[in-house]
Amino acid sequence: MRDVAIIGVGMNKWGELWESSLRDIFTEAALLAIEDAEVDHIDSMYIGCMSSGLFVGQEHLSSLLTDYLGMGPIPATRVESACSSGGLALRTGLIDVASGMNDIVLVGGVEKMTDVSVHGATFALSTAADQEYEVYHGVTFPGLYALMARAHMHRYGTTRKQLAQVAVKNHYHGSMNPLAQYPQKITAEEVIESVMVADPLRILDCSPITDGAAAVILAPLDLAKKISKKPVVKIIGSGHATDTIALHSRKDLTEIKSTERAAKIAYEMASKSPEEIHLAEVHDCFTIAEICVIEALGFAEKGKGGPATEHGMTTLGGKIPVNTSGGLKSKGHPVGATGVAQAIEITKQLRGEAGERQVKNAKVGLTQNMGGSGGSSIVHIMEVV
Amino acid sequence: MSSPRYWRGIPQRYRLEAGKCKKCGKIYFPPRLICDECKSREFEKVNLPKEGKILTYTIIRVAPSQCTDQAPYAMGIVELSAGSTGKDGVKILSQIADCDFDKLEIGMPVRIEFRKIYQEGEAGIICYGYKCVPV
Ligand SMILES: [Zn+2]
Repeated sequence: MRDVAIIGVGMNKWGELWESSLRDIFTEAALLAIEDAEVDHIDSMYIGCMSSGLFVGQEHLSSLLTDYLGMGPIPATRVESACSSGGLALRTGLIDVASGMNDIVLVGGVEKMTDVSVHGATFALSTAADQEYEVYHGVTFPGLYALMARAHMHRYGTTRKQLAQVAVKNHYHGSMNPLAQYPQKITAEEVIESVMVADPLRILDCSPITDGAAAVILAPLDLAKKISKKPVVKIIGSGHATDTIALHSRKDLTEIKSTERAAKIAYEMASKSPEEIHLAEVHDCFTIAEICVIEALGFAEKGKGGPATEHGMTTLGGKIPVNTSGGLKSKGHPVGATGVAQAIEITKQLRGEAGERQVKNAKVGLTQNMGGSGGSSIVHIMEVV
Repeated sequence: MSSPRYWRGIPQRYRLEAGKCKKCGKIYFPPRLICDECKSREFEKVNLPKEGKILTYTIIRVAPSQCTDQAPYAMGIVELSAGSTGKDGVKILSQIADCDFDKLEIGMPVRIEFRKIYQEGEAGIICYGYKCVPV
């Protein structure tokens, strides 16, 4: 296997982009990445997208998006793994370059979620859960994560305020990210008093519905060192694992095993331990998710994710800043784009280009992207070389 | 929901029919074609017990479109009784009907009842299935 590096990143401001189509938001991000990498061609392309079929009635993105990017007839592949489609597209692109099959590979992610009603979006997202044994009975994604939150609070004493602190921190980080959908700072009181969605989760515990795209350019490390004018970010670890689709089929309702397994594989491949990670972008689709995930990644002991967050371990300036981009919560969550955008934030941080939210001496970063209620997870570790 | 899709689920939704691995005894709901523990492909049909306890719960306030007329409603993950098998009981997700939201708690005993789940408009299918109620 060849070593692989990220040599270009591209992303526009996320939000409710009523004036832009899926093909336009994707093309904008892809062109920014190509310009950032200063490459004159790409050899192949991977697109993470969860459900363009349900959100805009369009499949066959491989053809559509290469066409509008002016890159036909290169090979292109759409990758779907619910909300981890972007992370999986990155891993698939990584395998393509590592294998020697292609050199310059564009990995993008996109989701256009606001062309449908809120009910339409809720339905499209719910297809990431078990339709027959979860959704049939009336559960929603906030509902599934609420079930995890209640179990975590009951077993470990995680508090309502600790959950809120995840949202407060990520909006604080997002306030320094000009591309974030909701860059407003919020307080714990505002979270705790916001509208109840599925007890104990309130609207400010939930990530929003977002239109957005993100893209990165991959190249073999040797070539990257020759052609890149910016610090080269090497992908040193990649892990991917699955778990049962139905939350209720899992042994422990407070653990995200797919993340634990994916992280173990990525740590081993990178020869790194959790203590050696300087910052991370994780899948905070709901506040409880970030707490479970920092435990699964080994940043906090099992059951201690709440207190660790409350004491500032994961805030900028803390031991391991998590979601300096604002995370899904503040930056937005266009599901297929999220995993790619996480890699962009880590790349910018490792290059020293993160501005106000720059983590000092950041050399090693991690991304964790997951689908559904944890039915799939992808973890990447990156190091600036 | 199409009629064939609804019809296929009737043994599980109406009768809680599960598959028990003939080799290792693990029970699957819904039934599967291969056992993830021992890889055996031989199963016998069993009906799940109708009693269990709540492992975790929530109150759905913002419901999907087919259930908005019922909101708010409680849902829980319920572990069904394993009797004297010495194994973990099968877990299911269902609505918790006829309950006082404030009195719900983890560990609470429930029993399974046959109920209407939702109705697809005036002319659509009426979807039935299991819900649990506090004992
Ligand atoms: Zn078996």
